[in-house]
Amino acid sequence: MEHEHNTGRRIGGTFLSVENISLAFGGVKALTDISFDVREHEIRAIIGPNGAGKSSMLNCINGVYRPQQGTIRFDGQAFQQMDPHKAASMGIARTFQNIALFKGMSVLDNMMTGRSLKMHTNLFLQALYVGPNRREELEHRQKVEHIIDFLQIESVRKTPVGRLPYGVQKRVELGRALAAEPRLLLLDEPMAGMNIEEKQDMCRFILDVNDEFGTTIVLIEHDMGVVMDVSDRVVVLDYGKKIGDGTPAEVRANQAVIDAYLGVAH
Amino acid sequence: MQFFFEVLIGGLLAGVMYSLVALGFVLIYKASGVFNFAQGAMVFLAALTFVGLQEKFGLPLWGAFPLTLGVMVLLGIGIERVVLRPLVNQPQITLFMATIGLAFFLEGVAQLVWGTEVRRLDLGLQDEPIESVMERFNLLISKFDLVAALVAGLLVAVLAVFFNKTRIGRALRAVADDHQAALAVGIPLKQIWAIVWSVAGFVALVAGLLWGARNGVQFALTFVALKALPVLILGGFESVLGAIVGGLIIGASEKLAEVYLPSLMSDFLLKHYDISINLAGIEGWFAYMLALVFLLVRPEGLFGERHIDRV
Repeated sequence: MEHEHNTGRRIGGTFLSVENISLAFGGVKALTDISFDVREHEIRAIIGPNGAGKSSMLNCINGVYRPQQGTIRFDGQAFQQMDPHKAASMGIARTFQNIALFKGMSVLDNMMTGRSLKMHTNLFLQALYVGPNRREELEHRQKVEHIIDFLQIESVRKTPVGRLPYGVQKRVELGRALAAEPRLLLLDEPMAGMNIEEKQDMCRFILDVNDEFGTTIVLIEHDMGVVMDVSDRVVVLDYGKKIGDGTPAEVRANQAVIDAYLGVAH
Repeated sequence: MQFFFEVLIGGLLAGVMYSLVALGFVLIYKASGVFNFAQGAMVFLAALTFVGLQEKFGLPLWGAFPLTLGVMVLLGIGIERVVLRPLVNQPQITLFMATIGLAFFLEGVAQLVWGTEVRRLDLGLQDEPIESVMERFNLLISKFDLVAALVAGLLVAVLAVFFNKTRIGRALRAVADDHQAALAVGIPLKQIWAIVWSVAGFVALVAGLLWGARNGVQFALTFVALKALPVLILGGFESVLGAIVGGLIIGASEKLAEVYLPSLMSDFLLKHYDISINLAGIEGWFAYMLALVFLLVRPEGLFGERHIDRV
């Protein structure tokens, strides 16, 4: 069932490529010489055991970490080091492994912050909240409402996020990322800590986002079943090194991957 | 009864002056979730720079004001560059410690540049009763207090609209909540901080002028900040409205307590316990008492955000 969902979309050329990335924290080598590419409209998974460097990889792509070596090429531009704000303005949105929502704010406000970069009126002129500003605010609100409908969280739109159950918070975080209308969406363990039903819902949302909006998605996931179902291609990391890259079927058959996950007999 | 009103109104007007100082704290707290220990130093620096410019270059009020404002804005931008930028995504206690260092630095620089003697600041406002009110209602209300209260009220209103009705307010709360997430959704953290610290500098300037005109421009101005603490605890650290309401409550209750509490208390003690005691100086500690009680009953303040922790 790997490719059942891609009827309406066409996978394009290389959109993001990570070239020879190395990242170390002091003596700890988090990533060693990692290279892979992501094509337009594709769902690309990064998997690997705990501590393999998956989150570090994502953090390099959106500029939270600055790799010592290597290049990140996004949409034709090459970067030695990304910067979170630059990444956001180029259309890279993300979610975090440990939910990073604004806890005291309502679901709606959280998602409106996702549109920060889409708002054009001057920061000071907004103080007036008249004319064009008011109209702009309304337009953004409409977009956000559309996403709220899409993620089926209408009933909690005014609730402070801190009060919501974990699974719903994860959904809100996805919503905030979507509000930015990203071209590249980075999802760090979107299904961690969820039960089967919540996982199925989240899977469906991810596939729908990819399908309807054509958003390119890079996701980190532990659940192998999920990864095999959703992704077009998979990168496997272990101890900061790339040990496998290919379609889910190829990766599943890869001996190095099996060894990394199941251990090797001595 | 008339005396009661005089005390009450005097207290409310003084309270607005507290609010003015508290407002500076609220701004920074909203944007970084940090209590800015240097707010008092900023008030002092602003007032001293204003007086210093006036003395040195013989500038009129309206000449010294924009110049000092310029200094405060530059200071705000400088603080963002030098102090805050390297501390993005650090724990809030680190930021707090940085503001303590900043407080000592600003106090030192202010005195190094302008000297340490007490200076008089004349805003052309007399601290004398308003005649028309005196004639009509037979109430003594200081002209200075009234103008100061009006200025403070206006400032609070403008800031309240600015932060509640615009996307800046949302961005501020987002930044205070989680730097990393705010950056990831594309909120320009650096600009937001520079703006907020500049506005806090502006508020410090206004507070410094009014308090300086009243008490003289001297090092003791930095302690005005301590009076803002109970106001913040009462009103809530992240609420502009809370700062004004908290200030009014503190100002009024403090003055009323000062006037009425000693006689009530000593009467009570004499009658029931046969203790004769002379209570004085209640104004000095009453506000902190009130804050303490509030902390027990409603730790987030009247208008603060209630914090929800999942376990």
